[in-house]
Amino acid sequence: MKKFLTSFLAVFLLALPVAAQAGTVTLKGSDTMVILGQRWAEEFMKKNSGTKLQVTGGGSGTGISALINGTTEICMSSRPMKEAETEKLRTRFNTTGTEIAVAKDGVTFYVHEKNPLSSLTLEQLKGIYLGDITNWKDVGGPDAPIVVYSRENSSGTYVFVKDNLLGGDDYTASAQTLPGTAAVVNAVSKEKNGIGYGGAAYAKGVKELKIKVGGAEVDPSAENIKSGKYPLSRDLYFYLRSKPTGEAKAFIDYALSAEGQQVVTKVGYFPVK
Amino acid sequence: MDRDAVMQQGLAETMAVPRLSPAARRRQLREKAIAGFVTAMAFTGIAALVLIIVFVAKEALDLFLDAHAREEASLSKMFLAQPTRPGKPLAFLWQPVSSVPKVSMIPLFIGTLKTTLVSMLVAVPVGVAAALFAAEFAPRRMRELLKPVIELLAGIPSVVLGFFALMVLATFLQDTFGFTYRLNAVVAGLGLALAIVPVIFTVSEDALTAVPRSYREASLALGATPWETAWKVVLPAAAPGILAACVLGFGRAIGETMIVLMASGNAAIVSANLGDSVRSLSATIAAEMGEVVVGSPHYSLLFFIGVELFIFTFILNMLASAWTRRVLKKLTGGAA
Amino acid sequence: MRHATRRTVGGALTSLTGLAALLIVGMLAVILLDVIRGGAGHVTWQFLSEPPSDGMMGGGIFPALYGTAALTLLMTLAVMPVGVLTAVYLHEYAPPDSRLARWVRVAIVNLAGVPSIVFGLFGLGFFIHFVGGSLDRALGYQELHWAQPGLLWASLTLAVLTLPVVIVATEEALRAVPLDHRTASLALGATQSQTLVRVVLPGALPGILTGAVLAVSRGAGEVAPILFTGAAYFLPELPSSLSSQFMHLGYHTYVLATQSPDVEATRPLLYATVLVLLMLTFALNLVAVVIRTRTRRKAANAQ
Repeated sequence: MKKFLTSFLAVFLLALPVAAQAGTVTLKGSDTMVILGQRWAEEFMKKNSGTKLQVTGGGSGTGISALINGTTEICMSSRPMKEAETEKLRTRFNTTGTEIAVAKDGVTFYVHEKNPLSSLTLEQLKGIYLGDITNWKDVGGPDAPIVVYSRENSSGTYVFVKDNLLGGDDYTASAQTLPGTAAVVNAVSKEKNGIGYGGAAYAKGVKELKIKVGGAEVDPSAENIKSGKYPLSRDLYFYLRSKPTGEAKAFIDYALSAEGQQVVTKVGYFPVK
Repeated sequence: MDRDAVMQQGLAETMAVPRLSPAARRRQLREKAIAGFVTAMAFTGIAALVLIIVFVAKEALDLFLDAHAREEASLSKMFLAQPTRPGKPLAFLWQPVSSVPKVSMIPLFIGTLKTTLVSMLVAVPVGVAAALFAAEFAPRRMRELLKPVIELLAGIPSVVLGFFALMVLATFLQDTFGFTYRLNAVVAGLGLALAIVPVIFTVSEDALTAVPRSYREASLALGATPWETAWKVVLPAAAPGILAACVLGFGRAIGETMIVLMASGNAAIVSANLGDSVRSLSATIAAEMGEVVVGSPHYSLLFFIGVELFIFTFILNMLASAWTRRVLKKLTGGAA
Repeated sequence: MRHATRRTVGGALTSLTGLAALLIVGMLAVILLDVIRGGAGHVTWQFLSEPPSDGMMGGGIFPALYGTAALTLLMTLAVMPVGVLTAVYLHEYAPPDSRLARWVRVAIVNLAGVPSIVFGLFGLGFFIHFVGGSLDRALGYQELHWAQPGLLWASLTLAVLTLPVVIVATEEALRAVPLDHRTASLALGATQSQTLVRVVLPGALPGILTGAVLAVSRGAGEVAPILFTGAAYFLPELPSSLSSQFMHLGYHTYVLATQSPDVEATRPLLYATVLVLLMLTFALNLVAVVIRTRTRRKAANAQ
């Protein structure tokens, strides 16, 4: 037994060379983009077996911090980097980073399938998420308290909605913070008085709200998002510290190619061109 | 020679110390070296604890040293109510990622306390009662089966308990009690109870079995029923140990991360309603640590929360140790 | 009250305590049954040997199994020598009223009570930034190499976390070795270290193994300490060096439960992962309990 254990140990340890980790491209960041990143990584690695790709989520904020901390090569972000962040990047690495838009998305608000409403105005959505409107009857629905679902503060989507919908104000304290869009969708699908938000690709088992602009109801469809008619359209980004080279460049070129953009549509987002 | 003379001679002479052979001397040195090495190893336990507090506090120090951090997250901002939007009352808010960061610890303290309260309300009666059953009333075979089974419950990773609370308990409780929020303090508290009941059970059971048999025999001899003996004689005798068990469980519940992270809703609400979602100290660290930039005020703030957690559990542990020692002294020193 | 009434009331209250015990066992059964029901159908050999695919909606958990195994192996290598030797000091070498021994015990009790997330912070602040940073500077790396999350730091963090477990189990094992064995050995002329190595430690081996097994069980299940010291979400390649990140059964459970891309589609995988994790920790705990019960019985007979 002892002999077996020692030989097993020896073989195991020899198989773990303390070598520098060469040839792995790390992607880290946006939970909105993580399935996209993973799909791209899978397809790319099928074609280029020499390259290794590693994808982790955690939120756009996590990715940007990792970029600034130096622990990732490519950062996936569903919001543009803030000035304070580019400043930190410049202090650390003497560069303002490279921004590459790789897909388009429309932040969608979801409600339970049985919710009678089909659309809300931006003001109403803002009121709900600031905590000023707390009952569905105030926006034309049944008399029931609104259960607000939001994302953790590491999420790019969280920051995007805060900046573009709430005008920089804080979310209501009673918003349930969930770590991923899918968790939000799952929660809303089970909560008949719930409302949540997330990337367009995730809406399954819930009703997508249209946004009422003027008199018309604008839905988060491909044309409305590409043309910018849908008020909460946004670009999804890759950030790097410097211009991409080597394997990272090959990967990003793939993502932006026709085949890569097809993956985007398959996942549920919209091509960048 | 006569005996007396020999004895006098032996007492008068001083003993000659035998000289060690070189081999024996080497052995002695080697033994000393080994003993020294083993003693040095023992320091690692102390060293680990000291390193933990030093390095966690070190990263939190920026809160008090760096001007920018001090402005963003001063102690008053952490503990006093702050202005929010114009026209709205002062509030305790936790929104560290914001143009004006809100860093009040109060919602986090309240959240931690609510989940811990729920878990203690459930786990203490159930754990102590079960320990009483195992120590006093259960037949020997059942007790020998019960203890390992509950140790198995203790071995379930907290992430699995959190998973169970999130997927099963939450839906069940919402259907039964009609909560507004599916994930709230009650769900997280019950998940926590699953985690701390084994702790309370094991330590209480040890305290109860440590009570000398003479106490029980005397009580029964005086005409008390088994229940009265257990309730009025054994339980009070083991009380400090049971208290220590509760304190240990409390400490565990305060620090537990995964269960609360998955099942509490993570909303930093200040309210007395147990059906509201809560955000606990440990879950905040776990949820937000990934996104901080090293060296930012938010980073130091999270480490500061870590220091707070360390201090709470440290104090609770000292209390529990003191009580356990008292119980042992009382039971072994006093009884025959 | 009449004696008969007192007996009935007593009997009723006794049953209540029995119910409490039943409740605990019942909850354990509910958890087990739910996990088995949800996951049993999905745990196939393919599941255990393939990496995840299809955006986590297909494939298996092999990288997570490998990562968990690598993590716990390294952790055990780190914690066993230190833990066993500390327990040896406390039980064999420390003088009866030694102040050092008292402080070590206090430190261990407190170490056992530190929240697991604080260990994660420790791993980040001490191992990754301080030790890793110093290593990078000493070895002349420009970019972060050792000063980032990886297998080595996560294992060392877990080693510190499981140190109390190993120490307590080893002490219990040393106590089970009868005093007579030690005195007999010393009487035959052996030194203390010889007695230790040839008589005491072999006799305490089962208990020491219990400690190792319990430590591995904790390591496989604890997620909070590895959240930011090394665990990763999608790593189809196995970790190839000590500075690699790794997948982990517990972390995988957490991610699939809360950040899964499609909750309904990944539900079977989630349940299957939980089932594997649970079976693993149960098996380990069962082994530990069996060894421990046998050791306790031996100790009781030896006194």
